[in-house]
Amino acid sequence: MKIIVCMKQVPLSSKVEIDEETGNLKRMGAATRTNPFDLFALECALRIRDQIGGTVTVLTMGPQQTETMIRDAYMMGADDAVILSDRKFAGSDVLATSYTLSRGIRLLGGADLIICGRQTTDGDTAQIGPAIAEHLHLPHAAWVNAITDVNEKRIQVRQDLASVFQISEMKYPCLITVDKDICVPRLPSYRRKAEAAAKPIRMVSCQDLPDPDMTRFGLVGSPTTVERIFPPPAGAGSVTLEGTAAEKAGQLFDLLAAAKYF
Amino acid sequence: MPYPYKKMDEQDFAYIRSVTDPSRVWVGEAIAKEFYHDEMPEYGVFPPELYVEVLTKEEVSAIMKYAYGQNIPVVARGAGTGLAGGANCKYGGIMLSLMKMNKIFPVDTQNMTVTAQPGALISEVAAAAAEVGLFYPPDPGEKTASIGGSIITNAGGMRAVRYGVTRDYVRCIEAVMPNGDIVHFSSNVVKNTTGFDVKDLVVGSEGILCVCTEVTLKLIPAPNCTCTLVIPFDSLEKCIDCVPVLLRLPFVPTAVEFLERELIDIVERNLHKLLPVREGAAVLIVMYDASSREELTQCCDAAAAAALEAGALDVALADTPERIGSVWSVRAAILEGMKADSVGQEECDVVVPRSRIAEFVKAAKSICLSHGVVVEPCGHAGDGNIHTEMLRQPGMTDEEWKSATHACLVELYAKSKELGGQLSGEHGIGNGRLEFLKPFIGDEMYQLYRNIKLAFDPKLILNPGKMITFD
Repeated sequence: MKIIVCMKQVPLSSKVEIDEETGNLKRMGAATRTNPFDLFALECALRIRDQIGGTVTVLTMGPQQTETMIRDAYMMGADDAVILSDRKFAGSDVLATSYTLSRGIRLLGGADLIICGRQTTDGDTAQIGPAIAEHLHLPHAAWVNAITDVNEKRIQVRQDLASVFQISEMKYPCLITVDKDICVPRLPSYRRKAEAAAKPIRMVSCQDLPDPDMTRFGLVGSPTTVERIFPPPAGAGSVTLEGTAAEKAGQLFDLLAAAKYF
Repeated sequence: MPYPYKKMDEQDFAYIRSVTDPSRVWVGEAIAKEFYHDEMPEYGVFPPELYVEVLTKEEVSAIMKYAYGQNIPVVARGAGTGLAGGANCKYGGIMLSLMKMNKIFPVDTQNMTVTAQPGALISEVAAAAAEVGLFYPPDPGEKTASIGGSIITNAGGMRAVRYGVTRDYVRCIEAVMPNGDIVHFSSNVVKNTTGFDVKDLVVGSEGILCVCTEVTLKLIPAPNCTCTLVIPFDSLEKCIDCVPVLLRLPFVPTAVEFLERELIDIVERNLHKLLPVREGAAVLIVMYDASSREELTQCCDAAAAAALEAGALDVALADTPERIGSVWSVRAAILEGMKADSVGQEECDVVVPRSRIAEFVKAAKSICLSHGVVVEPCGHAGDGNIHTEMLRQPGMTDEEWKSATHACLVELYAKSKELGGQLSGEHGIGNGRLEFLKPFIGDEMYQLYRNIKLAFDPKLILNPGKMITFD
């Protein structure tokens, strides 16, 4: 059983400066973490591997500093990892990113199961997973909030589609994107720290990829035009709550209590 | 009736309305039950004759002066989140709510202090400090607790290991004495040997000496980053034995908590909250704060190496807000989990020398087992404060539960004393532990407590029947 988990390193804080000219996040120097949704993806992969055997490979696209995220994934129990890193990948939108990741998966000889987090906390599109599947012509299920059955041949998942739950069963190879709270991700283990620090990470550049069509990578391969990007005005007029309905209700209660409405 | 208090009449009600406002005064049946018990109603639900919300120290003073003259008992109340049965009116009289006195004055960045009225919430005071990059560390964990209540009960909490308890942060107190006099205990100074430092006596006095109307609190520079380690062990003994190992390191942890697997399972079973570490019969949860990422990494690396050397099965690292939240949300859910897992609870809040924690926990289990009571000890391994929670199972009659828990408590307190501990670490005496205090501290000390009470309140009108009695 060969499982690939697509992960991304994102800023630690949601308060990240944005370059208003290019529309890109100013990542340099900012503290980072693994995209929280991807930790659920990795945990699902590790559990499936522990249950039916196989390997878990982490695949990411990003700069050299992404290595810290990979070491963290190794401390959680990932078997190996590949970083797709090349200046030519810079400025990728959903289409170019998903294409690049799909080439990376092809370079690795494909996988039985590809797992992504539902979305990232910086891009927030929730489209990368399904787009990878489309590039690879694979069946996929997004927004999975439970893996109801899994064996060497197929996986059965439950999707939360807002008004209905859908149970789907797919033969491998296939791709799923998992919602947060599908499980509780394990924490990185100090027992694995020394081993994780010494473990090799495969660095892959543009020219290493199969069929590199240079018009499909990075800014050149990104048809999305960002007209303008700016942080939402942080005025006193609006507060955005995040989380599940229950979490948001709790936050709303706290806000009203803080404002002494109760 | 042990005290010959006056029963309040219409004239008394009219007077209180005249010095406050009729819209802030409730009488008799109009007083909601929520306003005359705390979070342990098992320790007493006693209605006042009059409930008043005050807005100024002058109102407090006028009420106290009148009550003192008329011999009417008065109980001052904050948010009602206490755990000792303190905020209720055992002998009727006036319940004086300070929750509308909730101003927080601008932070004094020169002196690094903040001044607040008693009804401000601890979380609001902490937020005001954080806005200017400062930190108010005491955090008993209850988000709705008032700053006044936390001072008058000397609230502790998990961060006591590194930062100490509420008393360590009180610079000065403005208070109203039982006779209505407005007094100031100390001033905004760092040290003081001007005779007795009475403020330290007022902190933790459970509302029996005076009514706090304003407090000035020390603030410290805020740490920049935080991290939590979860350290599983195959036995409770190894888990507790690791605590001094961690405390001897050159890095002081902010919090050191221990949890046994049974308790983790209770939270999982009842609230579906899962600890991200599945192994171990017992775990230590250790928090470190630091001023830089590098320092934090050094703390965690040193602690992890020491713990593994001391027999830990592993050391798991929670280094992002989500991971830290996934650990502490389980710790925070314990009380709720135990409430869901039982039909009633009784609690023992002893503090023992840190070296005796494992011994006490073992003894507590065996004591409670011998009386047929299910028990789940947990708590602050870093400071020796152990919350021994007794859980009532369905099928126990009221009488069986009462007599079994009473027998357990008598033995648990005796054990704490034998080990060099104290009766209560952070919840206080109130009404709930009243009968256990005298045998614990002895007649001589009890008389000293009484004399202190009489020096402040010779007519015994302030929160009578709590902490000490004169029967």
